[in-house]
Amino acid sequence: MHLKYESQLREPLVNGNKTYHQVTEDIVRPIEAKPSRLWYVGFYIAVAVLLFGVYSIYRDVTYGIGQWNLNKTVGWGWDITNFVWWVGIGHAGTLISAILLLFRQGWRTGVNRAAEAMTIFAVMCAGQFPIWHMGRVWMAFFVLPYPNTRGPLWVNFNSPLLWDVFAISTYFTVSLLFWYSGLLPDLATVRDRAFTKLRKRLYGVASFGWNGSTKHWQRHESLSLVLAGLSTPLVLSVHTIVSFDFATSVIPGWHTTIFPPYFVAGAIFSGFAMVQTLMVIIRKVFEMEDYITLGHIEAMNKVIVLTGSIVGIAYLTELFMGWYSQNKFEGYTFWYSRAYLFSPYGWSYWGMMACNVLSPQIFWFRKMRRNLFVTFFMSIIVNIGMWFERFVIIVTSLYRDYLPSSWSVYYSPTIWEIGFYAGTFGLFFTCFFLFAKYFPVIAIAEIKYVLKTTGESYKDKMGHLEHVAPEVFAHSGHGHTTVENDGASHS
Amino acid sequence: MAKKKFVVGCFDDEEVLFPAVSKVRKAGYKIHDVYTPFAVHGLDHALGLRETSLHTAGFIYGITGTSTALGCISWILAKDWPLNFGGKPHFALPAWIPITFELTVLFAAVGMVLTFCYLCQMAPFVKKHHFHARATDDLFVMVIECTEKTNAEDLKSFLASNGAVETDIQVAEEGWWLGRYDQDELPFENKQTVAA
Repeated sequence: MHLKYESQLREPLVNGNKTYHQVTEDIVRPIEAKPSRLWYVGFYIAVAVLLFGVYSIYRDVTYGIGQWNLNKTVGWGWDITNFVWWVGIGHAGTLISAILLLFRQGWRTGVNRAAEAMTIFAVMCAGQFPIWHMGRVWMAFFVLPYPNTRGPLWVNFNSPLLWDVFAISTYFTVSLLFWYSGLLPDLATVRDRAFTKLRKRLYGVASFGWNGSTKHWQRHESLSLVLAGLSTPLVLSVHTIVSFDFATSVIPGWHTTIFPPYFVAGAIFSGFAMVQTLMVIIRKVFEMEDYITLGHIEAMNKVIVLTGSIVGIAYLTELFMGWYSQNKFEGYTFWYSRAYLFSPYGWSYWGMMACNVLSPQIFWFRKMRRNLFVTFFMSIIVNIGMWFERFVIIVTSLYRDYLPSSWSVYYSPTIWEIGFYAGTFGLFFTCFFLFAKYFPVIAIAEIKYVLKTTGESYKDKMGHLEHVAPEVFAHSGHGHTTVENDGASHS
Repeated sequence: MAKKKFVVGCFDDEEVLFPAVSKVRKAGYKIHDVYTPFAVHGLDHALGLRETSLHTAGFIYGITGTSTALGCISWILAKDWPLNFGGKPHFALPAWIPITFELTVLFAAVGMVLTFCYLCQMAPFVKKHHFHARATDDLFVMVIECTEKTNAEDLKSFLASNGAVETDIQVAEEGWWLGRYDQDELPFENKQTVAA
């Protein structure tokens, strides 16, 4: 039997005096209300930016990759930088929904739904870059191993780039399944209180006929737990494999064994920053301060300062190894191309250091962790920093290769490269605006599940249990009823 | 499917629900199901349901993925078309671990979700009878199937005396069919029929 009581020393996860019905009302309200003016403005801006991205891709497909400023040595530029950046952002959603579920972190319930949605949209954005970078995109299906008339000529299963194909597509599929299976009960809630025919019909289709049967809930719990167990190694493997794209090569600055843990930490770091950006807005716009509390924000800021510091240690380790290995090429890459401020791309390295390592240290202070403006500002800074990190890794290792006569052109993006990147922001926010309007942004059923243990008003009534001996909890068999009845007779 | 008669008792608190479940079972009634707005832990045991074996299915799907990946890759790279990649062995097992792992996860996840939908008989366009519209909002809805011997009125008052806030007798079809939800009654105060 699970424990139905949590100490008052822990901050409540749901503020205010809520009943189950009130929880439904609060979370479904934005879906049932007409979208605000601000929503329309935001949505149309997102669509406009997306259209610019579509046009940039149209140029890329029609005229070729020459529309981008990639050159002889810088064969990967903004495209792969953006790819790694978006994939990294995606990781926080799975971390929150899966790893924190396994660790029984109650605060994940407030933010997991939106974070998982963010994961899916971010991975969709990430996938665009390798696909359109292929140039002849109509040949994209060549990366799939299927029996063909060219031999059959198979793909190279020993190549990290093919591992990427499998990793990203698996990651997308599993995240989508996890997210949607969690959504089913909540979509049923929206369906059962819908007041127009169309709404009933659409949510009826979307909720697969869910009715809340005990047996279904039992299977649903089992499904979520196993999917969480599967997603946990999956999320680590995905960014490990992304780092293998670099680490298995022999390019100075890429050929390091530190890459997998360093990339995973960086991914969680940037992902949490993006979650913060979105959460600070959502809780304000949808008036969900009671569900996404300052406690939630603080918990995520703690993750940010932890992972930011791990990333910082990785940077310093790399610098140290650049010197300690006494390898000329490594030394040149780390101590000239990156760490020397006045080298051509030195600015990006120090931008990365300032944004990722120095500035998050502000979150050692509780006041700062609980300050919304600081949180929002820092979330943007961290994501800029993490973009710089990928840019540093890719461009500073490539722009001076082994043949100095190729060291010619200073790589900077064309408008179409920038447009493509901007377009993925358009895609991301278009999806997110639609999600926020038509789906419950907080997992209703999960909040109800934790409400009576961690809701503010329920916790306040639990004072008499603060002094009950632990044995009562440990040995009361069908625990919650006995303990609670016990408590009731005391008061 | 044949229509059956059910007695429905709605509870608004899981702390009241648990003792009621055990009393109803002790009295010899057959609980058809309890519909809850969220996963109430321990309710499955209280109802005497057996553990789900969905995770075992997941394990089998996972193994299927592992063997599919290893089988396909080794056949392709070592037998069907052996290529020399940088002088490495054709059977390069360590290099196949990432894809093998990904396919294990993919097969397990997809297989489990499909099995879940199959077992719960859930799919788009599926419709089931709802005993109470608030079962997905804030009510725990206990449904008891009537036999020939059941005195429905007695049962209703028995449920009410055990804390049910609302009781009801319904004749309903169980199972599922293809259908829409737009003819349903509205749950809350604005109880007009569904607006056009």
